[in-house]
Amino acid sequence: MNGRTDWAAHIVLGLGVLLFVLPVWLVFAASTQDAGAIGRGELSLIPDLTNFSAYVTVLRDGAPGVAPVGRMLLVSAAMAIGIAFGKIIISVLSAYAVTFFRFPFRMLCFWTIFITLMLPVEVRIIPTYAVMADFGLINTYAGLTVPLIASATATLLFRQVFLAVPDELVEAARMDGAGPLRFLRDILLPVSGANIAALFVILFVYGWNQYLWPLLVATDQRLDTMVIGIVKMVGADTATQWNQVMATAVLALLPPVTIVLLMQRWFVKGLTEGDK
Amino acid sequence: MAALVIENLRKSFGATDVLKGIDLSLNSGEMLVIVGASGCGKSTLLRLVAGLEEPTSGRIVLDGRDVARLDPAERDIAMVFQNYALYPHMSVFDNMAYGLRIRGLSKDEIGKRVQETAGLLGLDALLARKPRQLSGGQRQRVAMGRAIVREPKLFLFDEPLSNLDAKLRVSMRAEIRRLQRRMGVTSLYVTHDQVEAMTLGDRLLVLHKGVPVQLATPMQVFERPADVYVAGFIGAPSMNLLDAALSHDGTAARLKGGFLVPFRDGKRPGSDGRRIVVGIRPEHLVPGPEGLDVTVDLIEPLGSETVLIGRMESRELLSIKLPGAVAGIESIRVALNGEHLHVFDADTGLRLDP
Amino acid sequence: MLPVALVLPQLLLTFFFFLWPAGQAVWASFTRQDPFGIRTQFVGFENFTDLFEDPLYVESMGRTVVFSGSVTVVAMLVALCLALFADREIRGRNIYRTLLIWPYAVAPAISAVLWILLLHPQIGAFSHVLRMLGIGWDYKINSTQAMLVVVLASAWKQVSYNFIFFLAGLQSIPRSVIEAARMDGARGWRRLRTITLPLLAPTTFFLLIVNFVYSAFDTFGTIQALTQGGPGKATETLMVKVYRDGVVNLNLGSSSAQSVVLMVAIIALTVVQSRFLNRKNAE
Repeated sequence: MNGRTDWAAHIVLGLGVLLFVLPVWLVFAASTQDAGAIGRGELSLIPDLTNFSAYVTVLRDGAPGVAPVGRMLLVSAAMAIGIAFGKIIISVLSAYAVTFFRFPFRMLCFWTIFITLMLPVEVRIIPTYAVMADFGLINTYAGLTVPLIASATATLLFRQVFLAVPDELVEAARMDGAGPLRFLRDILLPVSGANIAALFVILFVYGWNQYLWPLLVATDQRLDTMVIGIVKMVGADTATQWNQVMATAVLALLPPVTIVLLMQRWFVKGLTEGDK
Repeated sequence: MAALVIENLRKSFGATDVLKGIDLSLNSGEMLVIVGASGCGKSTLLRLVAGLEEPTSGRIVLDGRDVARLDPAERDIAMVFQNYALYPHMSVFDNMAYGLRIRGLSKDEIGKRVQETAGLLGLDALLARKPRQLSGGQRQRVAMGRAIVREPKLFLFDEPLSNLDAKLRVSMRAEIRRLQRRMGVTSLYVTHDQVEAMTLGDRLLVLHKGVPVQLATPMQVFERPADVYVAGFIGAPSMNLLDAALSHDGTAARLKGGFLVPFRDGKRPGSDGRRIVVGIRPEHLVPGPEGLDVTVDLIEPLGSETVLIGRMESRELLSIKLPGAVAGIESIRVALNGEHLHVFDADTGLRLDP
Repeated sequence: MLPVALVLPQLLLTFFFFLWPAGQAVWASFTRQDPFGIRTQFVGFENFTDLFEDPLYVESMGRTVVFSGSVTVVAMLVALCLALFADREIRGRNIYRTLLIWPYAVAPAISAVLWILLLHPQIGAFSHVLRMLGIGWDYKINSTQAMLVVVLASAWKQVSYNFIFFLAGLQSIPRSVIEAARMDGARGWRRLRTITLPLLAPTTFFLLIVNFVYSAFDTFGTIQALTQGGPGKATETLMVKVYRDGVVNLNLGSSSAQSVVLMVAIIALTVVQSRFLNRKNAE
């Protein structure tokens, strides 16, 4: 404004950025340094850019008690993508049904879905675990993903998006002879493309960051996710290899942060429009 | 041969009767304009014909086939929507081609037909664009193109010009008329704009509260309105409607202030004292030595003519349209030209002819 | 019938993984198993009365409120401050925004690791500074310090979420309103207090509830990685306690009762929130 520099804003925002970047920078620096030196509290702020051995070690061998990080990355990615796609598909279908069709018990269906908003996985862990055991889903990929796929948020978001589609667009498609499924595929999905992208980011992050659920349902080391693996490594009291923990942390951060940054525009819009 | 026949068509939403029995017959290639105030049921009528709503009862016969219960896709009807309803994610080409693709036409045939239609509408250069890159007039053209390219049995227009600015509206109006004549497709056109109704239609259907009140050519509607509602609705400024009583054995009307207006065209039925409404258009009131005295409240110059709004001695409002510019008058005496009088029954509102 | 087929997948998942387990939890909260898990007996509200008579549980409730309240206040205040400045027209504001948004993607448990590196008694980069200042820093022993660490780590991760919403809220305030306030001579703190903050109230209220729910439930990973609820029970929130009693100690009746209490709390919060939002929408 007026060509003057708003120093107060730059200082406050700069401090804010520092607050977020500094810890991550430290983690990165630590991941390139000697475990013993970190253990003695001799952490340097300057990363040793010639030493990425900790990454090689964790990716290939893992740490004591956990799977190789290479494998954990795969499990996390599979879980995050499975949850994101599963939720999007299921929510699009159900939101399409309750928004565009009149059928018996439509409102009952809607409220049944809506009520799950009030039952986050955390408050029903024990009984859900029992159901999973009955289905034989403990220590399976399906067990990791399926129960997290059903939730009301995505359905409600799509319902709002679909409600905003002008009636005339629906009618024009009917006049053009498009049936219900064709309308969904040719018109509704492309028109909602930006919202789907936004939701993908939100759900990917949600899936990638799960901790409690995989902790319960996947005790098998082969199904360790990144988040589970790191907490295990930190919790191991015997001589923690801090450089390996930090390398794992960097690897755990990269995928979701990259996705958020790449799709920032859609993501911010989708988040703020959807939740309110 | 009648291309479209509508018989006793009714539509109720719950307890509300929106359409109370419409009968209509369109000749092949005819353009019928349905006109009325908002809420008169004109859009519902159009949507029933389109198949977007289901009628409560009645028949809609298109080319000899009752389509009243068919899905829109099976009717072979195209519609131009008020907000155009273009598919925002598709190019102009794809918007026009979509209906043809669903009908399973070959790629070559689709390309040929879209190109032809685009040429007709001057859209050649815009085929690759998305709707958001188009101006309002261009979108309107694409919406028309999407309907034309299908070569349907019937065109429906739902107030297609109401989102355009005044100037564009005039030129698009002419273009719609030109295209419709040239293609010779039977059309139903819904509008609340009486200028559009007058200029576009081969015939007009005036709807009032779900009831058809007059079906005739535009000039017939203007010159011989069937009732008080039509008389007030068609024409701008609106026709003056004055309370009066039949007098002199049915050959004259006595206005409220006692002023006597003789009928030139003959005697109206009924006994003297029957309550009637006398209508006269503002342009048919001319200044003269004999006539009604009017106190002028407001002068509205329109350029080539001037509208005066004033009060008669009976306190009733009267508008007068005079040619040219008029300024600085406070009162005027106007003659009621007996040739241009319209007489209606005060109770039923219906026209009384000699 | 097509629409039924379309909602069916979600309904099935909802039934098997939400309604059925929730019903089970409610049922189990009224029953008790003998120590061998052979007989199950209906005990009415006994699990609940036991729960609220248990000083450990009541303490945990209080702790959760303190913890969640602190996280909410810290995360929202920092975010609001950043959003107010990021809403100004300054050079490079898009870069600032990007740099403030990405922590949204950090898992709560991972944010714990970042804070270990800063504050761990042995390896923490910041711990040395504190010790040089003469502060005996060891959150593994000191309860207050432990609470402080879990609050900081949990709030840190939530700031960017709040920032996104506050910024969106600020940007949705019509420019003309702000301009009218300027014409009226309101500026600085006064404009903020009398115009901006009241118009931001719906966002603030929404975030209050979201943050409270987040800090009560989603911080389980953070606490588990940092302190496992310790030292002693200094950072044992209700969520940590449900996990310990149910999963570690396998006390199903009590754990189910605790789950039911949490469910009731969430339902209450959701109802308050939706009523408030409905009222807002109606206006």
